[in-house]
Amino acid sequence: MLTDQERELETLDIHVNVGPQHPATHGVFRMVLTVSGEKVVDVVPHIGYMHRGAEKLSEGMDYRQALIYQDRTEYLAQFNAELCYCLAVEKLAGLEVPERAEYIRVILTELNRITSHYMFVGAFATDIGVYGTAFTYAFREREYIQEIFDAVSGDRMMYGYFRPGGVVWDVTDDFKDRVRWVCGQTRVGIDDIDRLLTKNEIFLTRCLDIGVISKEDAIDYGLSGPMLRACGLPFDLRRAEPYSIYDRFQFDIPTGTRGDVYDRYLVRMEEMRQSVRIVEQALEEMPDGPIMPEKAPRRLRLPPGEVYMRTENPRGEYGIYLVSKGGEKPYRLKIRSSCLSNLTALKQMVVGHYVADAVVILGSVDIVLGEVDR
Amino acid sequence: MLGVLRSLTETLRTMARKPVTIQYPTVHRELSERERGYPLLLWDSETGEPFCVGCHACERACPTECISVIMKDNPLAAEGKSKRRKIVDQFLLDYGRCIRCRICVETCNFSAIAMNNTWDGQEMSRYDRGELVMDLEQLLAKSKAGEITPWVAP
Repeated sequence: MLTDQERELETLDIHVNVGPQHPATHGVFRMVLTVSGEKVVDVVPHIGYMHRGAEKLSEGMDYRQALIYQDRTEYLAQFNAELCYCLAVEKLAGLEVPERAEYIRVILTELNRITSHYMFVGAFATDIGVYGTAFTYAFREREYIQEIFDAVSGDRMMYGYFRPGGVVWDVTDDFKDRVRWVCGQTRVGIDDIDRLLTKNEIFLTRCLDIGVISKEDAIDYGLSGPMLRACGLPFDLRRAEPYSIYDRFQFDIPTGTRGDVYDRYLVRMEEMRQSVRIVEQALEEMPDGPIMPEKAPRRLRLPPGEVYMRTENPRGEYGIYLVSKGGEKPYRLKIRSSCLSNLTALKQMVVGHYVADAVVILGSVDIVLGEVDR
Repeated sequence: MLGVLRSLTETLRTMARKPVTIQYPTVHRELSERERGYPLLLWDSETGEPFCVGCHACERACPTECISVIMKDNPLAAEGKSKRRKIVDQFLLDYGRCIRCRICVETCNFSAIAMNNTWDGQEMSRYDRGELVMDLEQLLAKSKAGEITPWVAP
């Protein structure tokens, strides 16, 4: 029983609204924190501010037009999303992709994974309090890769470069040299960020044992990607069920041990190094030849049927569920968002930590709101 | 403490690096030749008319439905000066809706439309959205003046 004096000192829980327009929420994401003192006792996430109906819009478009909505859905790893969509369509249509196109796709996809993780490192460090420094470093390195994407596809953000069956046009003549240079540059860039953050005591204090989630919980919540691997489970779709030509490359699957925020950071840093390895191997083996199948139809018509294709995106398992009833347009296109599944574990991770840690934990999930809301 | 010092060394090392930033509004980055700026129509200077015959292919292929085309009989063909029997009468392209996906250029059978790969195709801020709806004259102006070399996909 509380004494009268203690009852007087007892404080009420207050609600703190973070977002939707808040720099720490990585887009239009709103979370309502119930705070007791400095500790979070409850969190209610609100999503849907960026819902544009990409799935429904795709139903009214043919397969080439629907592709460009993949860019707009997953706007930090556009090539990854495009690849998943193209693989789904190819699986249903039975299209054979030429070797050269496969290699171009893998190189661009892996480079895109690096840019996406650079984005994570920059934004995550800003959440922690390394204002600007890590962000500008990461973006300086990201820009080198972005310029290759720009030169190849013609756009800096919404590439629309892959097509069901291959890629739309060939890469630039100096593509190989530029990618080779950027691989070396990326190794240096990762080491720079590594020196800046990884062993820094302030960074460690903010990260270690924050937002811990156990392996069992992670599986129950349906987490995927670096979130799952940080818990110690080496599950990577590129290895578990190789799609495209990923079974030809040597790469390691980095895992964590504690399942906290720091492990998620480490796993992503190591993944970037592995991506560089894959790109270098792919460059060595890249053959010449056509980039689209010779008998590619001008207007793609798919036979009736349904298909589910999943790929390993920087943020986790990205899935496309495609139903066709024949004809030029998809009957239903469902996008399995990795960020949405990863976000469901937010409450489990945040409750019991300080308010400042809630922001760090949200940053470690690495959400893309375009993908969450679709 | 050691880790913090190490971070500081990294920062100091970066101070000695050559800056990678450019002063954007005064200095413009060089664009790649494939750059996908907002689409333009091309002018056939040999016959003195646009390449576009108004066949509606781009209108149908556009995912955002930002193009509307009207076709007419070509007066130059009646005089025997041109091989195009039909020609574009009106062409409206709403830059406010366009998402620069280049599907119209891919679809065009007459290579009549191209992406603007200069900086004019990038900086499109206007005070009024209505000003972003381009008509035939505005779309052809750059090609007529010979200021654009469109990139053709290999």
